[in-house]
Amino acid sequence: MTAALSVQDLHVAIGQGTSSANVLRGVSLALEPGEVRGLVGESGAGKSMLGRAVLGLLPANATVSAGKISFEGRDLVTMPEPERRGLLGRRIALIPQDPMTSLNPVKRVGAQIAILLRHHLALSKRDALERAADLLAEVAIREPRRVLGLYPHELSGGMRQRVLIAMAFACDPSLVIADEPTTALDVTVQRQVLQLVERLRQRHGAAVLFVTHDLGVVAKICRTMTVLHAGRVLEEGETADVLARPRHPYTRALLAATPRADRPAEALRPVPPALIDSLWAEAHRLDRIAAMAPS
Amino acid sequence: MADLALDVSPTRQSRWIEGIKRGGARLWLGAALVGLLVLVALLAPLIAPHDPIEQDLMSAQLPPAWLTGGDPSYWLGTDSLGRCVLSRLIYSARTAVAVALIAASLAAAIGIAFGLVAGSFGGWVDQATSRLIDVWMAFPPVLLSIVLAAVIGAGLTSVIAAIVVVDWTRFARVVRAETMVQLQRDYAAAARAIGLSRGKILRLEILPNLVPLLVTLLAVEMGIAILVEVILSFVGISVAGDTPTWGGMIAEGRQIVYQAPWIMALPIVCIILSLIGFNLLGDGLRKTLDPVQRR
Repeated sequence: MTAALSVQDLHVAIGQGTSSANVLRGVSLALEPGEVRGLVGESGAGKSMLGRAVLGLLPANATVSAGKISFEGRDLVTMPEPERRGLLGRRIALIPQDPMTSLNPVKRVGAQIAILLRHHLALSKRDALERAADLLAEVAIREPRRVLGLYPHELSGGMRQRVLIAMAFACDPSLVIADEPTTALDVTVQRQVLQLVERLRQRHGAAVLFVTHDLGVVAKICRTMTVLHAGRVLEEGETADVLARPRHPYTRALLAATPRADRPAEALRPVPPALIDSLWAEAHRLDRIAAMAPS
Repeated sequence: MADLALDVSPTRQSRWIEGIKRGGARLWLGAALVGLLVLVALLAPLIAPHDPIEQDLMSAQLPPAWLTGGDPSYWLGTDSLGRCVLSRLIYSARTAVAVALIAASLAAAIGIAFGLVAGSFGGWVDQATSRLIDVWMAFPPVLLSIVLAAVIGAGLTSVIAAIVVVDWTRFARVVRAETMVQLQRDYAAAARAIGLSRGKILRLEILPNLVPLLVTLLAVEMGIAILVEVILSFVGISVAGDTPTWGGMIAEGRQIVYQAPWIMALPIVCIILSLIGFNLLGDGLRKTLDPVQRR
């Protein structure tokens, strides 16, 4: 079976020449069709960069310096731009991080969903709006037809994230990149959004790369997980295994630093700074070795 | 589908009412002044009491009708050749309105195109466009107009051409900067993530966000176009000599300002009222059109 997403030894650098900094240092991971993979790591670990590299939406000064990203057997890095645009939004979708700013502020919700549907499915305006109403109903928005005529600022954050989720699943993608979709939401709304993502994933059978720094979220909806730090994969496996028997000290430290209902608050331990320092030192050592190696 | 249309229209209508309320007195006053100006220009042959170029040397320099020595058939008096000042003011509005609408729209179209291209491509395209605008703006606009008039000859076309050639930079600069800002926002990234091409993103996502800004700019530009036309006709390189213009009237009235001050004062009043009208209208429309200000 071809993997939905396969990333092999991916290197991403920001800047050029001597002033460049490595963001991803040889990341490899593979998602089977329908798999939900949690991608966890602290700020700056490169988890969002990985998501953006898959979408081909790296910042202007960042480049894939080595490695392969293949989607259903096709290499996304070398793929011509128009072909990749044909996949984005249709076969590969994004649930963005911040629902407050990810919708166009001056366009009605219906018009925004219609743009997506008409772009990929060649629907008429009327059919697109009709379909958009169905999509909103699917993400449990009440009065979908009324919501179609509203502007984003007239919706709550949770509603907006639902609209974005509806848009992500609109064209039956086989891969969804969820870039911290719950970070900007409060806890009660988070729960609803997670349930929604899980339900839609099951219905549409998409693989999901769930980028987050919240181990609780991973434990709830991800079957497998990858722990990322300084642009390197430290540990990966079945979520249940990794959480029960973490092998890497960093994973253990992360777990000890995560508040849990079944443990007293005093049991919380911050991640030891010495551990972080040694991980960065290791990453920089690898950078130097790579820089010295004849390319 | 029918019920969908029914669903949307009431909110749409109430939005317009809401928007117009937000525009407030500025919108009303501006619309009234500009509306009056356009109406006068359109209906000039019907409402003008006399032929604007008909001379009556027996009744030259008559004061307005309400002053001593005024003739009730010449409401605002006559100029030094005995032509009806009111009729001349009314016919001058035709030139002013034509120049304002055509020149401002053309300048906007050219400026917006340049601004979008420079703002979205960046790199050397942006560099080249920005330098071109800088050099362009360093050139004195009146001199440029005079050169143009000399090359293509006096007339309405050369007045419009002069304004367009000088003022497209005003739009290009603002649109370039705002395009860059908008492209950095999350919704633009989300639009790329659904596979829209650069052209589609600019047209469907970015341009609607520029509308409030452009409307303001367009209205201000119309005021400026009227002013430039006044300047050019004042120095005598605007439309043909027998067509009345406000600038031409000022020039004529200037020579006899001590004997008949109203001949110079009245066109000035018309110019000021038009400029105030366009500026108020632009301000009011910006508030009306900006959905983000709907709180």
